[in-house]
Amino acid sequence: MLRRPRTWVTIVLLNALPTLVAVLLAATEVGPQPGEGPAFLSAVLTDGTLFPLAALAIVLPLFMPVAVAVVAGDAIAGEAQDGTLRYVLTRPVGRTRLLVAKLVGVLAFVLLAVVLVAAVAYLVGRLLLGNGDAAGLVTGISGGGLTTQQLLERTLMSVGYVSLSMLGVASLALLLSTVTDSPLAAALGALAFLIASTLLLTLDAAAALQPYLPTRYWLAFVDLFRDPILWRDIVRGLLLQGVYVAVFLGAAWANFMTKDITS
Amino acid sequence: MTSQVIGSTGLTKRFGRILAVDGIDLDVREGDVYGFLGANGSGKTTTVRMLLGLVLATSGTAQVLGETMPRSAGGVLDQVGTLVEGPAAYGHLSGRANLTLFDAMGARNGRRRRRDRVADALAQVGLSAAGDRKVKGYSLGMRQRLGLAAALLRAPRLLVLDEPTNGLDPQGIREIRDLLLGLNAEGTTIFLSSHLLAEVEQMCTRVGVLDGGRLVVQDSLRALQAPTGRTVVVTPDGERALGLLDGRVEHRAGDRLVVRAEDPATLNRLLVESGVRVHELGPERRGLEEVVLEATSQSAVGS
Repeated sequence: MLRRPRTWVTIVLLNALPTLVAVLLAATEVGPQPGEGPAFLSAVLTDGTLFPLAALAIVLPLFMPVAVAVVAGDAIAGEAQDGTLRYVLTRPVGRTRLLVAKLVGVLAFVLLAVVLVAAVAYLVGRLLLGNGDAAGLVTGISGGGLTTQQLLERTLMSVGYVSLSMLGVASLALLLSTVTDSPLAAALGALAFLIASTLLLTLDAAAALQPYLPTRYWLAFVDLFRDPILWRDIVRGLLLQGVYVAVFLGAAWANFMTKDITS
Repeated sequence: MTSQVIGSTGLTKRFGRILAVDGIDLDVREGDVYGFLGANGSGKTTTVRMLLGLVLATSGTAQVLGETMPRSAGGVLDQVGTLVEGPAAYGHLSGRANLTLFDAMGARNGRRRRRDRVADALAQVGLSAAGDRKVKGYSLGMRQRLGLAAALLRAPRLLVLDEPTNGLDPQGIREIRDLLLGLNAEGTTIFLSSHLLAEVEQMCTRVGVLDGGRLVVQDSLRALQAPTGRTVVVTPDGERALGLLDGRVEHRAGDRLVVRAEDPATLNRLLVESGVRVHELGPERRGLEEVVLEATSQSAVGS
């Protein structure tokens, strides 16, 4: 996967939007008012070290899921479409082993993408936006101070949290990838599910469903930067994503094991 | 003593309402070049896929190299080289990189000799020079050769090949045929699925014919092509021959006579001693085409 130009183009594109936002902010110094626009953006003008989080919040709703769904949707269906699936399985590579290998590959992509977005945003933030307080005290979004140590820890936790959320997307796309022989259908199917989820979140009549929708707690990592940390939504988000990952992967495995490979 | 390499009993596959393969009993023995014939859509590929554990049978059992499939796929398939429904490779990698990747998959033999194995396989199919080019730029024939190279990687005991000469020029077809016959002479059993009768006729020792999902013929090529008890005579003196062999000529078309006669030599002496000039004379054998057409039309009447 890493030898494919496609992988790197995707990651560059993922970084392009946050970087553009940073350039615009730096050039105009017109930030959104606190509480408006993507999370953290109001704070980054004074403190560039918060920009990795702002960047994650920018790419999370759409860009990142698109990239993850495309990669994960391609995992099995792409092999089926290219005709290589039958040769891989008769090498022989066991079906379970292939699925696990694909999952590891997708997981590696998710981590790489999330970490690179955060790392590039950190550089951009330090270069273009306000530099951190010399005393090592920066401002969390609730207004309380955070030490550099705390900031680093919480940024890493955010990266982990976002990665797990994306793994939920990846699991669904992987499941669909075992169902269809078209990588496009798998990726779009996963995205359609997420769009439906996002839509239902804005609908008051769907309130009963909302705690179980996959995108409900995606942005909960913002709560890591409150003082004290607001754990409730984070924990719920972790549990919910964990259940989605387990169910989707289980279904993907069950389907793939009993599937006739006719591609 | 020859042992069975591929066997099946009542192997059946149903896709929804369509019965693709209907209770076939395959019997491929060690050292065979087995020609698996059938029209498009007769169930050849589905059968091959069931033997390789890609498609799960609706009922019946299949054994490959003495083990039940697909349960023992892990242990069996690394002794089997396959080319199913055309070659496939990763276009963004070179031919050599593709083979290296395939060799590494499900690897049980070590990686130390991998480079040599890959180089050998490329050389066997005549791709050494193009090995480092990306597969994206390969012609159909080159892809076909690469697919064969992948099948040959592990010096398999059994080759299951679907249309192996597809897309090759006559020169290439000959090369591949010689390669396969050479491997067979060294002990590799070959299961060759094809709709090219000529190819099967030239290479195979045993033949199975599939029609509408059923195995309508399974026998050695020699038995199928056994003399029919008639002799074909080509002579410019057709009228004289007709008079001489009164009643024994079953069919005449121009210079060509089909005569009811078990022994061509005796017939030849009779004709020559009577002053009938003979261009050609020999026992009539049925071509594979006739065998196949006959078998499939019978089954069409039966169903």
